[in-house]
Amino acid sequence: MPETTKGPWLDFERPIVELEERIRTLEASAAVGGVDVADEVAHLRRKAVRLSDDIFSKLEPWQRVQLARHGRRPTTLDLIERIFTQFVPLHGDRQFRDDPAIVGGLARLEGRPVLVLGHQKGRDTRSNVQRNFGMAHPEGYRKALRLMTLAERFERPIITFIDTPGAYPGLGAEERGQAEAIAHNLRAMAALRVPTVAVVTGEGGSGGALALGVADRIYMLENAVYSVISPEGCAAILWRDAAKAPDAAKAMRLTAADAFRHTLIDGIVGEPVGGAHRDHAAAALAVKAQLLDALAELVALDQKTLRERRLAKYLAMGEWTERR
Amino acid sequence: MSWLNRAARGIQSLAKQKDVPDNLWQKCPGCGEILYRRELERSWYVCGACGFHLPLDAVRYIDLLLDADSWEELYAGVTSVDPLGFRDSRRYPDRLRVARRQTGREDAVITGRGRLDGLPVNLAVLDFAFMGGSLGSAMGEKIARLLLDASSQRRSAIVVSRSGGARMQESLFSLMQMAKTAAVLARLREEGVPFISLCVNPTYGGVTASFAMLGDLNLGEPGAMIGFAGPRVIKQTIGGDLPEGFQSAEFLLEKGQLDQVVERRRLKATLATILRWFCEDRDVSIPGPVRE
Repeated sequence: MPETTKGPWLDFERPIVELEERIRTLEASAAVGGVDVADEVAHLRRKAVRLSDDIFSKLEPWQRVQLARHGRRPTTLDLIERIFTQFVPLHGDRQFRDDPAIVGGLARLEGRPVLVLGHQKGRDTRSNVQRNFGMAHPEGYRKALRLMTLAERFERPIITFIDTPGAYPGLGAEERGQAEAIAHNLRAMAALRVPTVAVVTGEGGSGGALALGVADRIYMLENAVYSVISPEGCAAILWRDAAKAPDAAKAMRLTAADAFRHTLIDGIVGEPVGGAHRDHAAAALAVKAQLLDALAELVALDQKTLRERRLAKYLAMGEWTERR
Repeated sequence: MSWLNRAARGIQSLAKQKDVPDNLWQKCPGCGEILYRRELERSWYVCGACGFHLPLDAVRYIDLLLDADSWEELYAGVTSVDPLGFRDSRRYPDRLRVARRQTGREDAVITGRGRLDGLPVNLAVLDFAFMGGSLGSAMGEKIARLLLDASSQRRSAIVVSRSGGARMQESLFSLMQMAKTAAVLARLREEGVPFISLCVNPTYGGVTASFAMLGDLNLGEPGAMIGFAGPRVIKQTIGGDLPEGFQSAEFLLEKGQLDQVVERRRLKATLATILRWFCEDRDVSIPGPVRE
């Protein structure tokens, strides 16, 4: 149980949380009264696991969206802290300002120097306002690009964590070239001379997510989602009713399992029972294992092969037919 | 050009002119002047009174930009499928069927080779009439192929964008077309093959956030609305009105996002000047026969 995190529980996970609460109460009373409750606790724990398995084995796409957006879900900084042995945060795009919606810096993964960066959401209202809910402005994407070219110059692999509702749709963002900033990153990431690994850890929201997502290997956490537009946005346009977001979530096939089946990602990182937000350390460990696996393969490739395979990977994306 | 395309153009222009009593006259949205349609045709749909740029049909850009009889369409058969089994109020395959019938095309972009003032170029024109010119797998594939061909044949590439953005019905497949086209543009750039992007009204979303903003030069037509997020979404986000002229080509020019706003009737001459500057004395777009 994560004690450091705040935020409400989702309706569908409340039965599990309540059961766990009962277990804690029982243990506390046993400690005071000296009653042996071991059997009962063991029974309830088994029940909690069964309940959890049951609920999580038949999640609707919309419930995945809710999990991906969970207030307790590990953020990029939560993961960085638990995965890397060193982290030197870096700031600014050198042109306009530092965008707090994107964090990044020099890190070490099991001793290997790497560059890590990602979208950063807040944990409560105040920090979410500061982080703009993980919605970057052009200067955020340009900071990301500056860091990535830095890594390229010093021949360090790049790891990105994706967790954003999307690029920020505001006046300043448009004036400063939101579209150009995203587009520029796509082209630049496609041509990087160092290995790149992207992990969608929460919300993979549209172009704002992809701006950190062109990579040699792309993974998604089990309950992460990835789509071309938010379910609300899709519902507002196609259903003319944002409240139809659960329908849009279903129609867009935005789960990790869908993306993997369509070979648009390279793998799914399993989450701890009950979701990544229930155990940040376990989630981080799973991500770390995947990163080590991917990098072990990628660092063995020479630059030319790496870049050729990356281009081939993207050229293969898409489903179409050709009439003669 | 096939009879099919021409027939389709007829159907489409009829559909567009619903509010005009008889197809001979059209009211300028800029100044309200009533314009004779034959005259509009001759002026590439630029209002003779105020210079307002009315929508020009996708295939007409080929006539506008390329030398007569130099056009060779490529990849015309590449067509969308329904990888997600997508359904909102209608099934995606039904929407595709309607769009194909209305436009006579397989998808929302026309791609091919031709000559611009004698210079061999690869040209793509997005067709807004086909599901809002939205970017799906078929468009991504056609543009990627066209750019790869430009790269291997060393011909300059031009894309005329007019699109509402990504094709939601293909969700993540659609999103990845942004990466796919941008990845090919990275190669073009490394090989010194010019790529010019022209944004016409409107250019938005995933199209702007990929190839449309990745030209060696980015050009816009006068008055064209160009942006990432649509005006309605931005209004909702900021909870207020947008400044006058926000997201117009002139606005983008002022903010440093476009190299030039070019009047439609000067486009071909401007492109020729630019491409000559890029290609002269280099092994790109060497004048000569288009077909090898």
